[in-house]
Formats: sequence, structure tokens, C-alpha cells
Amino acid sequence: MPVNKIYETCDQAVADIFDGSTVMIGGFGSFGGLPINLIVALAKQGAKNLTIISNQGGVGFELSKRIKPEGYQDIAILVQNGQVKKFIGSVPALGGMPPTSPIEKLHGEGKVEIELVPQGTLAERIRAGAGGLGGFYTPTGVGTRVELGKEKRVINGKEYLLELPLTADFALVKAHKADTFGNLVYRGTARCFNPIMAMAAKVTIVEVDKLVQPGELDPEAVVTPHLYVNRIVEVPR
Amino acid sequence: MKMRLDEQTIALRAAKEFGDGMVVNLGYGMPALCANFIPEGRTVFFQSENGILGYGPLGTDEEKDYELINASDQPVTLLPGMCFFDSAASFDMIRGGHIDMVVLGAYQVSEMGDLANWGRPGRPATGMGGGMDLAAGSKQLMVMMLHTTKEEEPRIVRQCTFPLTARNCVNRIFTDIAVIDVTKQGLVLREIAPRWTTEEVQALTEPKLIIAEDLKEIEL
Repeated sequence: MPVNKIYETCDQAVADIFDGSTVMIGGFGSFGGLPINLIVALAKQGAKNLTIISNQGGVGFELSKRIKPEGYQDIAILVQNGQVKKFIGSVPALGGMPPTSPIEKLHGEGKVEIELVPQGTLAERIRAGAGGLGGFYTPTGVGTRVELGKEKRVINGKEYLLELPLTADFALVKAHKADTFGNLVYRGTARCFNPIMAMAAKVTIVEVDKLVQPGELDPEAVVTPHLYVNRIVEVPR
Repeated sequence: MKMRLDEQTIALRAAKEFGDGMVVNLGYGMPALCANFIPEGRTVFFQSENGILGYGPLGTDEEKDYELINASDQPVTLLPGMCFFDSAASFDMIRGGHIDMVVLGAYQVSEMGDLANWGRPGRPATGMGGGMDLAAGSKQLMVMMLHTTKEEEPRIVRQCTFPLTARNCVNRIFTDIAVIDVTKQGLVLREIAPRWTTEEVQALTEPKLIIAEDLKEIEL
């Protein structure tokens, strides 16, 4: 008998996220692809001193209305709650928005540490972590402040920087459908960082629009194989 | 004050560079407008960092599908043959030199083609997004920008003072008054907005411009 991965509520699925955890949060940044219900559950749960790895740092409910008129919660709710010690990502705050997002404010006050990582490097560091690699050399960031403190190596006449893998205790992921084994398919551009984060955490928790039985997903179309997935919550949209 | 081109018109001009069958990535902000100006008779495949290849013209906010957007968070439209992929695969395409042309916005471009397009004073929490990867991997990098700041300070400069995205990466610059190539010899003024003189463009540009022998008015 395979273990039961189905959780009734997001609250139950995130209950054991502990103080000081490293948590990957999928999506690209804005509404599509973000595991919003899991984020809100983590905000309620209250774990502190979290290191969050995500592409964007969240804009918060007020600014989110510029993206989606009725507004929505994002990573900013965790920042606002004082649950986040460190953020690792490529766009902590959006330059096109006013400087009032919680992460921009709290970073300015010295309360949240930020590690800026170019987006492609972020994706590859996560994939390296998922795949058991010790790192990789990338041309991205050469000659910029990103190279500070990193090993630089010339390979075939071109300069590269050594980048190290990222892994996490938990990943919060949004998918379109899961079967009860945990095979996942995504929808449109909501895929983005979700599949690679699902692979890089000790415990991967997925919020899906629809839960189906094994055999209902086309095996050729499965993006995330079930062995990466530990917990599934169906939140119909 | 002389007329400057508006953003739509700069996008129209930049989009003329898109060759038939090219894969093109459009950066955050102004460059995203280029999706609406594909030259007639050409097929262009737009790739975006969030994992989409082959999307159509920009959609409308009223019918926005939040799971069908580009990296600038704009709704895009479905086209036959479009495909989706994850962020790591997206940046394999970008970093690995599989994108034919990239169009990015900029705060500053230097004489050497250095690009500064993400960080600005007083906003330490804003990030570079995918800009550094795009600049590192692009076969041809075009920049779309306003020629000067609101205070009329040049944004085409000898040395960038804003944080760099990548060094020596820009090939061509489209502004609201000029089209300029970055070459080993220096910046070459190729095209100029209607009723502007080369002296007027030079006055708003920090490095010395080389005037192309076949200098012409910006073609629209």
C-alpha cells in the first residue's frame, strides 16, 4: 500500500513546518502558479526565522490589486508577519511598483536579509540541489556585483562563476492536477518554478486545482513524477 | 521642445529587426510592447522567462487568464504551436544561446555596450530578474530606452554608474530620438528621429557618436 499523501486542509499539510526551516515557494511571483492557500496556511501556522527561496518576494495585498483587481495574498504576508529571516530570489521587490512592499520596507529596516540571485542561476541552483550536484559554472553575472566572493574559472576561453546548489526542508508548490500517487501536471505559465522546487525539498507539499485517480493523467504528460511529492491538498478553483 | 517618439513607436521600430522565424525574448516593461508589432508576413516566436514559447499578441486585462502571461505579467494570447516549460528549461534556452534576439529596457548603456537595467539608487531590494541571464546568453541584444532621464541627463554614458547587468553585451540601442549601434570603434548613430539634428542627439549623449555615412531618419 502506498502511503496516503492526501491532506484534507492546507493547515494540516503545513502544520510541521518548524522555526528556522528553509522553504521553497513555487510560482513566478504574481498570482498564476503561486501556492496561495499553502502560503496563507503557513502565515496562520506562524513558524518563524524562515529562509524563503522564491523568484519574487511578494507585493502584499494592497499592491496586488494592481495585478489582480480583487487582490490576493502572496509571500508578503509571511514577511509582514515577521516570519522571514532571509529571502533568496531574483526579484525581492518589483522596481515597477512603489517601494511599499513588506519585504522592501523590512529589508530597509534591516529586519530581512536578502540574497539576490539571477533568475536563471536560481533555477539552476535549485535543479542542481534536486539532482544531487555540487554546483555548476555559469557565465551569468560575470563582471557584475554577482561575482563578488565567487570562484571564477575560464573554460574554453570564456569566464564562468561557480554557483552552489539550493535545497530546502519544505517546498510549497502549485499544480493543476495531481493523481493520488502525486504525479503532477501544470497549466500554462503557472508551471515556472513549481516542478524544479518540487524536486529539491525534503518534504514537497502541493496545492492542486483537481485531484484524480491513478490512470486518469496521461503518463506522457506528467511533468512531476510522484516520487517527488509528499503531500497533496485539493483546493478547487 | 522637439517631438520624441512615444513608447509604441519605439517598439514599432525595434520590432522591424525581427527576422522571419526568429525566437525573440522581450524584457520587462517597454520591450514587451514589441509583441504587437511583428512586421507583416513574418513569423516570430516569442519566448518568455516564465516558461512559454510562441505566444501571440498581448491580451486584454478584462479577459486575463492568470496562467497565460508573459514575464512582465501581461496577458498574452494563445497561438497554435505554443508550448510551456519550467524555469530551468526556460533558462537553458536563454543562457545556452538558443534565443536569436533579446530586447531589454535599460537605465544606462555605456560606450562599450555595458548594460545597467535593474538596480537604482534607493531601491536595494529590487532584483535583476532574468536580465543577467538574458544578457549573458543572447545572440543579439537590443536595448529600448528613453534617450535621457526626465532631467535630460544622458542615459547613454561613458561608464555606467548604476549596477551592471552584464558587460559588453549590447548590440543596438533604440531610443525616442535615435538608433545607435555599439561597435568596436564606438557608438555609431544610424538613424535619427524626424526633425532632430545630429548635434542635438550628440548633446544628449555622453560618449562621442560616430555618424553613419548613410545616416537616415528613423524608418517606421
